[in-house]
Amino acid sequence: MNKVSREPRPFLDFIGTVWAMRRAKIGVVITGLICVTAAVGPHLAPFTATEFVDMPNSLHISGALFGTDYMGQDVWSRFLMGGGSILFLGAVSTAIGVLGGAMLGVVAAYVKGSLNSIIMRTFDIVIAFPGILWALLLLSMMGTSNWLIILAIVISTVPRVGRIIYGAAVAVVEKDFVSAATAIGESRMRIVFREVLPNVTSTLLVETNLRFTYSIGGIASLAFLGFTSDPTGANWGTMVQENSSAIILQPWGTILPVFAIALLTIGTGLIGDAFSRVSAGIDRGRND
Amino acid sequence: MRILKFVLRRLAFGLGALIAISAAIFLVTQGLPADPAKTILGRDATPESLAALRSVLHLDRSLFSQYWEWLTNVARGNFGTSFTTQMPISSYLGERFSNSLFLMIVSSAISIPFALLLGGYMALRRDSLFDSAGSFTSLVFAAMPEFVMGTGLIVVFATTVFHWFPAVVYLEEDASAWSDPKGVILPIATLVMGCIPYVSRTMRASMIEVLESDYIEMARLKGVSERKVLLRHAFPNALGPVFQVSALNIAYVVGGAVIVERLFNFPGVGSALTEAIRSRDLPVIQFLSLLIGSVYVITNLVADVATVLVTPRLRTTLP
Repeated sequence: MNKVSREPRPFLDFIGTVWAMRRAKIGVVITGLICVTAAVGPHLAPFTATEFVDMPNSLHISGALFGTDYMGQDVWSRFLMGGGSILFLGAVSTAIGVLGGAMLGVVAAYVKGSLNSIIMRTFDIVIAFPGILWALLLLSMMGTSNWLIILAIVISTVPRVGRIIYGAAVAVVEKDFVSAATAIGESRMRIVFREVLPNVTSTLLVETNLRFTYSIGGIASLAFLGFTSDPTGANWGTMVQENSSAIILQPWGTILPVFAIALLTIGTGLIGDAFSRVSAGIDRGRND
Repeated sequence: MRILKFVLRRLAFGLGALIAISAAIFLVTQGLPADPAKTILGRDATPESLAALRSVLHLDRSLFSQYWEWLTNVARGNFGTSFTTQMPISSYLGERFSNSLFLMIVSSAISIPFALLLGGYMALRRDSLFDSAGSFTSLVFAAMPEFVMGTGLIVVFATTVFHWFPAVVYLEEDASAWSDPKGVILPIATLVMGCIPYVSRTMRASMIEVLESDYIEMARLKGVSERKVLLRHAFPNALGPVFQVSALNIAYVVGGAVIVERLFNFPGVGSALTEAIRSRDLPVIQFLSLLIGSVYVITNLVADVATVLVTPRLRTTLP
């Protein structure tokens, strides 16, 4: 194979190096497993989410694999249906939050002066208050629709991503090809999106993964505190809260969702760790 | 002089951040809902009670004058009265506040030294089985949300596998946390598990950098004993970046405690906030959010100043 004639493919090489790591493969398998459960689960559920099956908190019921929950609903069915909304909201809020944060970070790095300080000081102030509290305040006052949950997560994602991307982009902005693009008169928009942004993609990938893990955790935590758009619907976070008081009688209603959220966050965490190791060059020289 | 200027600038930012946070809290709680009185009282509210609440909240005035009224009252120590209990809000500052501080201080006092030793040892035994097991475990703990870790601990140590500790903290409304030492072990353990990964990872990275530095090699070449190299030269120099992360962690405990307190029914500020949110007790929500925000801002401020003080390198680069 003639490697010399190959076009440089930094992005694909990056993904390839990440995929070569064992932890990335394990992470993908675990995350995939949970995603498939959440996607296919609702079609396999023997009961509906709110159907009364038998006496509440019973364990040995024919047809109900893991017994019934605090309302006499089927634990297994609710488990199969409970992951979809967390994954969906997590993906949407991560996508919006990372895109918004990346754009603001790159713009702040490229345009210096007052716009830069407005963006960065706003980030500082939003970060100066725990994200979960912004979310609690917003949702308790405005009600809980899916859009507000997404907004609450986006608010805490944007400044954190923005700061990291700003740090990476400041170094890129100083490079010669950016000065060259400025010199030949390319528009600022074009420079920001075509010259600077593509050069921080590996940082962006690391951040996307990290933020997805935290968004999942945040959304599940909000559901645990009772903030979901559908209070009676099946949701892993809500299930933990509903069933934990009867945990001695019926542990499955708590254990199954806790296990699923733990696996999901560990899976995405493993992928993210592989990304950040490759991106930071921690595994330099190891080509396994 | 540079340091003094830095401290003053940092203080000014902290104060500015607090004012901005207070404005945002106020805007979200009292400015954004179309009618805060309706949000608080719900659908069954009578016109009379709505009108009474509107006058208590001064909803007839401009938003800015409502905010100013609230802020100046808080600054004077006049925190208002809870809607649900009719008690003065300052009563939350008593036992509940010290309970939350207890949770925060004990879990930091356990997790930070432990994480420093763990991270330092992982750096020394880099790429060994201990190192990879440690990094995997910290990754797992860092990824999981607090309520999942806490529930996991409850399942293993309180209800299903072992029955060593109680699953919830049984305390009277105003009892102090240390009157139930067995009950506070699991909440503290949850926060400790959430804290350790960040500090130990930073310590590991920082220690590796120090161990690869010229001055450590120099000390070794001079024949300084390995023990002295580590304790006198490597460990203290690795602490700089860790300081910042440790303090950020204390701040994390402030936020994470809201979930952990709720999970274990721990009578602190965080569980008071979630209760107030459930009963839409607006003055309590506003005050407790501001209180938690203040603790958060102050911890970060102290961390920034302390980091600069313990890192001579940073002192010279201050503008």
